[in-house]
Amino acid sequence: MRYSGFRVIAEALTGHKGWKPVWRDATPQAEYDYIIIGGGGHGLATAYYLAKEFGQARIAVLEKGYLGGGNVGRNTTIIRSNYLLDGNEPFYEFSLKLWEGLEQDFNYNAMVSQRGIINLIHTDAQRDAATRRGNAMRMHGADAELLNREQVRQMYPWLNFDNARFPIKGALMQRRGGTVRHDAVAWGYARGADLRGVDLIQNCEVTGMRIENGRIKGVETTRGYIGAKKVGVAVAGSSSKVMAHAGMRLPIESHVLQAFVSEGLKPLIDGVMTFGAGHFYVSQSDKGGLVFGGDIDGYNSYAQRGNLPVVEDVAEGGMALMPAIGRVRLLRSWGGIMDMSMDGSPIIDKTHVEGLYFNGGWCYGGFKATPASGWAFAHLLAKDASHQTATAYRFDRFLKGRMIDEKGQGAQPNLH
Amino acid sequence: MTQSNRISGGQIDRTKTLRFTFDGIPYQGHPGDTLASALLANGVRLMGRSFKYHRPRGPMTAGSEEPNALVELRSGGRQEPNTRATVAELFDGLSANSQNRWPSLRFDAMGINDRLSTFFAAGFYYKTFMWPKAFWEKLYEPIIRRAAGLGSVSREEDPDDYDKGFLHCDLLVIGAGPTGLMAALTAGRAGKRVILADEDFRMGGRLNAETLAVGGTHGADWAAGVVAELASLPNVRLMPRTTVIGAFDHGIYGAVERVSDHLALPAAGKPRQVLWRIYSHRAILAGGATERPIAFENNDRPGIMLAGALRAYANRWGVKVGQRVAVFTNNDDGLRTAEDLKAKGVEVVAVLDSRQGDEVIDTSGRLGLKSIIVRDAKGRTREIAVEALGVSGGWNPNVNVHSHHRSRPVYDPTIAAFVPGAEGPPGLMVAGAAAGVLSTHGALRTGRDAAVEALGLTGAADLPEAEDAPVRIKALWHVAHGKGRAWIDQQNDVTVKDVKLAKQENFTSVEHLKRYTTLGMATDQGKTGNVLGLAIMAELTGRSIPDTGTTIYRPPYTPVAMGALAGRSRGTEFKPFRLTPSHHWAKEQGAVFVEVGMWLRTQWVPKAGETEWRQSVDREVLATRRSVGICDVTTLGKIDIQGTDAGAFLDRVYANTFSTLAVGKCRYGLMLREDGIVFDDGTTARMGEHEYVMTTTTANAVPVFRHLEYCRQVLWPDMDVQLISTTEAWAQFSVAGPNARKVLEKVVDQDISDAAFPYMGARNITVCGGLRARLFRISFSGELAYEIAVPTRYGDALLREMLARGAEYDPIVYGTEALGVMRIEKGHVAGGELNGQSTALNMGLGKMVSKKKDSIGMVLSQREGLVEAEGYRLVGVKPVDPKGKLSAGSHFLEKGAAAVAANDGGWLTSKVYSPHIGCDIALGYLKAGDQKIGRRMRAVNLLSGQDTEVEIVSPHFFDPEGERLRG
Amino acid sequence: MIIHHPILGPRDAQEFVYLGDAALIDRPDGMTAGVEVFHDWLYNRDNPAGEHRELWYHEQGDRSWLVVTRNTVTHEITRVELARDVARSKGRSK
Repeated sequence: MRYSGFRVIAEALTGHKGWKPVWRDATPQAEYDYIIIGGGGHGLATAYYLAKEFGQARIAVLEKGYLGGGNVGRNTTIIRSNYLLDGNEPFYEFSLKLWEGLEQDFNYNAMVSQRGIINLIHTDAQRDAATRRGNAMRMHGADAELLNREQVRQMYPWLNFDNARFPIKGALMQRRGGTVRHDAVAWGYARGADLRGVDLIQNCEVTGMRIENGRIKGVETTRGYIGAKKVGVAVAGSSSKVMAHAGMRLPIESHVLQAFVSEGLKPLIDGVMTFGAGHFYVSQSDKGGLVFGGDIDGYNSYAQRGNLPVVEDVAEGGMALMPAIGRVRLLRSWGGIMDMSMDGSPIIDKTHVEGLYFNGGWCYGGFKATPASGWAFAHLLAKDASHQTATAYRFDRFLKGRMIDEKGQGAQPNLH
Repeated sequence: MTQSNRISGGQIDRTKTLRFTFDGIPYQGHPGDTLASALLANGVRLMGRSFKYHRPRGPMTAGSEEPNALVELRSGGRQEPNTRATVAELFDGLSANSQNRWPSLRFDAMGINDRLSTFFAAGFYYKTFMWPKAFWEKLYEPIIRRAAGLGSVSREEDPDDYDKGFLHCDLLVIGAGPTGLMAALTAGRAGKRVILADEDFRMGGRLNAETLAVGGTHGADWAAGVVAELASLPNVRLMPRTTVIGAFDHGIYGAVERVSDHLALPAAGKPRQVLWRIYSHRAILAGGATERPIAFENNDRPGIMLAGALRAYANRWGVKVGQRVAVFTNNDDGLRTAEDLKAKGVEVVAVLDSRQGDEVIDTSGRLGLKSIIVRDAKGRTREIAVEALGVSGGWNPNVNVHSHHRSRPVYDPTIAAFVPGAEGPPGLMVAGAAAGVLSTHGALRTGRDAAVEALGLTGAADLPEAEDAPVRIKALWHVAHGKGRAWIDQQNDVTVKDVKLAKQENFTSVEHLKRYTTLGMATDQGKTGNVLGLAIMAELTGRSIPDTGTTIYRPPYTPVAMGALAGRSRGTEFKPFRLTPSHHWAKEQGAVFVEVGMWLRTQWVPKAGETEWRQSVDREVLATRRSVGICDVTTLGKIDIQGTDAGAFLDRVYANTFSTLAVGKCRYGLMLREDGIVFDDGTTARMGEHEYVMTTTTANAVPVFRHLEYCRQVLWPDMDVQLISTTEAWAQFSVAGPNARKVLEKVVDQDISDAAFPYMGARNITVCGGLRARLFRISFSGELAYEIAVPTRYGDALLREMLARGAEYDPIVYGTEALGVMRIEKGHVAGGELNGQSTALNMGLGKMVSKKKDSIGMVLSQREGLVEAEGYRLVGVKPVDPKGKLSAGSHFLEKGAAAVAANDGGWLTSKVYSPHIGCDIALGYLKAGDQKIGRRMRAVNLLSGQDTEVEIVSPHFFDPEGERLRG
Repeated sequence: MIIHHPILGPRDAQEFVYLGDAALIDRPDGMTAGVEVFHDWLYNRDNPAGEHRELWYHEQGDRSWLVVTRNTVTHEITRVELARDVARSKGRSK
C-alpha cells in the first residue's frame, strides 16, 4: 500500500477502513540467509537496505521487545554531520544525504526537518576548534558556517547574551542539520522491510549462538532455534551481552543517557542548539515540546534510568543559556543504554566468527547515523567488505593505534 | 457574575474575597480556592482548548492530573504556560489567560480542525506531506509548528529565585491523605524523624473532598486534627505544596516545594520554589488514586468531569458546576457523588449506572454541556438536559513513583486497575489507595501498618473508625454505542477511533499505541487516559489486560519548572569564579579578563590611549622582550610529590626520566595517557632528595592530580610517595625578559646570579626579608625568565613589590594573550596542540618517550598508527606575504589543490600576531611536516574565504638556539 | 546514589569521579608485556549486566580510590573497598 495525501483523503472519506497493518507479525522460519539481531533503527535499516539496495532475501529481524523500542525510540531526534575526523565525517555526511531522500525512498513521512544546528562558542579556543571542524566538514562536502555573536543574537535574541558566566561568542552552524520524528524512522524502515519480504519478529530474544568450526550456524532464541547463514548484530546498549554469546569482549561500556522533554509550547526554538559552556542541547519538536539533554550519568548502567544530579546539571545548563525557560516545565524524562566505545566512534565490522558481523559502539550519537549505519552494515553483510564511508570502523583500530577520537578523551568511554 | 455557583460549606475562607481575572474579565473567589474552583463558582466552565482539534474544554478533574484546564498564569517574565487551573491556588490579583486559541477562547479559528478531524486520524502525518519534497520544510511543517504547542513563553528572564536543599529522615511519607496521615502519625508518635510531603496546599487528601466520617468526626476535621498534632511534634516536618517528583537510587527522592506560587510575589528573600533532595532509607508511597473516565461520544465537553471531581468541588470548595447534574458510573463510588450533591441541594436529574445497563451515548453543548443522550438496558434512548455530568470509571492507584525504577504495575481485576508490581525502589512501601486499598479504613490501616513495618515499631495504635466499603465495580472502558468520537486522552485528542486505527495498522503493543497515537504524552502523562487506552486495545485484540501490559511511569510525577531544577546556577552564577591572586591589582588597572575554565585570568592590561586589543598585547610582548614582564601563572596546577619513591614514581608517570634530575634543578616533563596520547605537560622541580614539585597545565590541574592518585593507590600501592595539590596554596608569577633577574633581585633575599642560580634551577628561597618562596628558572617565552611562588595571600603584595622595587626597569604585567604570543613565538605546545588527539611524535617530542623504563603510555604509543612517518608533525607557519592573514583552524592545502578531504594536509592549531616578527605566525599539525620545512603551501579557511600562501618553518620562531633564556 | 566509603561512611556519589572497570587495576608490566596485552587490558571490557566491580575516586573528599561492587541493572551497591587494598591483594606493590 502506497501512502500519499490522496490516500489519506480517500481513507478519511471512507472511514479509514482500508489501512493495512504497517508490518506483518511474522513467525520465525527454520532458517534465513540473514538474521539481524536488534529491531531498532539500525537493525531495521540494515534489513531494509539488504533487501532493497543489495537485492538480498530470506532476511529476518529478531527483536527482544517491540520494534523501535531501543534507542531509536528514546533519543533527542537530532541529525547532523558536523564531525571533525576523516574516519567519521564521510560516513555521517552519507547519512545526512540519505536522510534527505529517506521519506521519498521508504514512502513514510519521518518529518526530516533541516532547520539547522548551531554549536555555540564561548571561548577563542572553541572558535579555533570550530574553524578546524567546519573546514573539515566543508572539505568532505558538508555545509558549515561560522556565525559571530551578532548573527547568533539575531536568531535567538532571548538567549543569555548580557549576563552570562560564559558569554556567547559565536557558533558553528550546519544548516542541513535538524531533527527527525524518531519513532517514524523505525516504523518507516519496518514497513519498507516488511513490504520487501523481511520477517520482523518481535518478542524474540536471542539467548545463544550456535557456532561450529568458527562459523555461525544460527541463534537460539526465546522462540526457538533459528538457523542463519549470516548474522548481523545491531543491539546498541546490549552489544556486550549479545556478543558474549560468541565469546567476545568488546571495547564498549554500556552507560545511561537521560533525555527530557518539556510541556508543549508555542514556537520558541526553530533549530537545534548546543550550549558550549555546559551540558545542554535543545530543539523544539513539531508538537511544541522542548527536547533536551546533556551528559551521560557517567557510570556503567543497564538500568534505562538515571539519577537526579544529571537532571539538575542539564537544567543548569539550560537556564544559563536560556533564562526565559525558568517557568517552562520539564514533563518527562527517559534513559537509554548507550554503547559507549573506547574512542567515541562506532564499529561496523566482521568478527573472528565467520558469518557473524557486528554493528555498535554508537555512544549517544546513533540516531543520526541510522540510515548510513543500516546501509553500511547491509553492504558489509552482503559483500563481506566495508562500505567506503565506514572503512575506519574496525575492531582492530585500537590494536593498530588508529582511534577515531573526536573529543580527544582516550580510552575512557564515559568521557566521550 | 458574582459566584453564582457558590453553594454552602467547603474549606474556603468566605470572610475574605480575592479578586482575579481570566482572559481580562474580573472575578472573585476566596482563600482556599483554586483558579478552577473559583471560575466554576463564577459559572465559568470553558477554560481551555485541546491540542489537536481545539475542542472547547473545561476542567475534568480537581487535581494535578488535569488534562484540559490549562492556562497561562501571570505575565512578563513570570508568565507560566500550561498551568493547571485545578491546582493553581487563588491569590488576590491573580491574572490568567486561556491559551492555544485565536482570536479568543470562545471563538477559536483553529476549531476548524475539529470539523476536519476525520482527516487528522492518528498518524495521518506519517502518510502524507511527502510531495513535493521541498514542501515539508517550506510549507507543511511551518504551519504545523505554528499550530502546535500549548502555552507560550514570554522570552523574558524569569525574575524569581529558586533554591535547592537536602533533607534527611527516617521515614518519608508521600501523600497526606488518610493513609499518609496515619503513617506519619504512627512514625511521628514513635519519635522517628518523619517528612510528610503532599502536593496539595491543604493536607488531608480525599478526606477534604468527601463527607465521610473518621473517628466519629468529619474526615476533613479529623485530618486537620492529625495535621495539628504532627505540627506539634518536633521530629515531624510537614511539607504541603511539595510534590515528590521521583524515586532515585539508594533512597534519594526528589521533591519540589512551591514556596511562593500561592502569593502574588515571593516574599523578600524567598525563592519561588525549592528543589529538595530527600534522603531516607524508608519511604511510604501514600499517593492515593486517580479516578478515570469512561469513553463515550462527545465525552469531553465543558461540564463533563470525573464524578469525584464534581463531588470535590461541592464538598471542598462549595461549588456546584451546574444546577442540573447527572452521574454516570460503573462502580459504587460514583454513587457517592449523587448523594453528596443531593445533600448540597443540587438537582441530580439522573444516575446512570452501567452495571444496570444505563449508558451515556452522546452529549450536546458546544461551549458547555447542555444535554446528555442516555440509553438504557432495553435500548431506549432519551435526552436529558444537564449542565454537568460526573463520570466514574473506577480509580487507578497512583503507582507512579513506585515504578520509577521500572517496576511494572500488575493488573488487579477486583478493582479493575493496575496496582504496584514487584521490585519497586528498595525501601519504598506502598499503602492505601496507591496500593489498591480503596476504603478509608483500609487506607488508615495500611498506612499505620506500613509505618510499623518500615520502622520496625512494636505495637500499633488503634485506628479511628471509618468506612470500609468494598470496591464494587464492573469494568467499562468505553461505551460501544455511538458512532462519533469518544475521547480517551483529552488533551492530545486521542479517541477510541484512534486506538482502533492503531490496532488495524498493527500498532498493538502498548508502547506502539502510545507512540503512534500520542496517548499519554500530554502534560498529564496519561494519568486519566492511559489505562483506558490499553484496556480498549486489549478488547480490540482479544487479549487480556495483563497480556496487553502497561507502559511504565518515569520521573517527574508532575511537570517541574526548569528554574527549580537549576536552582541558583544561572546567569553569572552558573559556575563559581576562581580569581587569581593578582585579580584585584588587575581590576584596579582596568584589565580585561577572560574565562579559562572557572578561572578568570587577565587577558591584557590596557594602557591609556590604547583603543584596540592588539595595541595592548603587542606592547606587552615588546616590553617583555625589551625589558621585563610579569604574568600571573597561579592557575597552573601545582602538586607536591614526596617520598623515597618520588623519583621512581615520576619516571612511571612521565614519559621522560626524573629520577636522575639533580636536586635544585627542574625539567620539562611530558605526561602520556595510557593510550600513548599526550595528556599534559609542565615542569617538575626536584627540591630535595625525596621532594619534587610538579606543575601542570591550567586545564589539567585536577585530572592530573586524580591520575597521580590513581597511579599511587591503584597501580603501585606500595610506592612510598605522597601527593598534595598546592594549586591554591601558592601564588605564582612568571617574570620574563632581559631584566627579569634584576627585578627579582630587588625582592629575593638570596643570590640569584646566573652562577648561583643557573638555567633550570629550582630552589626554596625567601623574599622581602624572610617570606618563604620558591623560585624556578624556567621559560616559556624564550626570555630569561623565572617563576616565583609565594603563599597565596602574599601574591598581591609580591606583585606590587616587584612592580614598585623594579620600577627602574619599567616592568609591565602581561596577560594570557601576550603569554600566548610569546609561547608560540618560541614554539611551545599548549591548548591548541595538547588536544587529546596528539602524540609526542606529533609534537616533535618523540624522543622524550623513554623506552628504557615502563611509563604510562609508553607501550601503546608505539602502535603502528601512531608512529607513521606520514603522520602529523608540529610546524611553524608564516605567511609568504607578511601582510597575509592566518586563522587557527585553517587547513593546509598544497598550492593549486582543490579544497577536498583527500588533499587535506592538516590544520593550524594556534595563531597569533607576532610583533617581534611583524606578521601573523601560527603553529600547525601538518602531515609529514618535519619533511616539509621550507615548503610553500596554502592555509585555507573555507568558512571565511581566507586563502593565504604560507611558508612551513620550524616552530621555533624566536631565538631557536635558546641563547636568551640562558642569559 | 550513595557510596558507603569504608573510611568515611555514606557519601553522595556526586562527590566521586567514575573511572570504570576495576580490571584496570591489573595493569601489565610495560617492560615485559607488549602492545597486544596492553591493548586487551586497556580497551576490552566485560561490561556485564549485573554485578560490576568498578573504580570510583573520592575527588570531593579524601582522595581515596575505591573499588565499588555495584549491580549495573539495579544500581545496588553491595561492597566498597579501598582500591589500594584490592590492588595489594592482587599482588600489586611497587
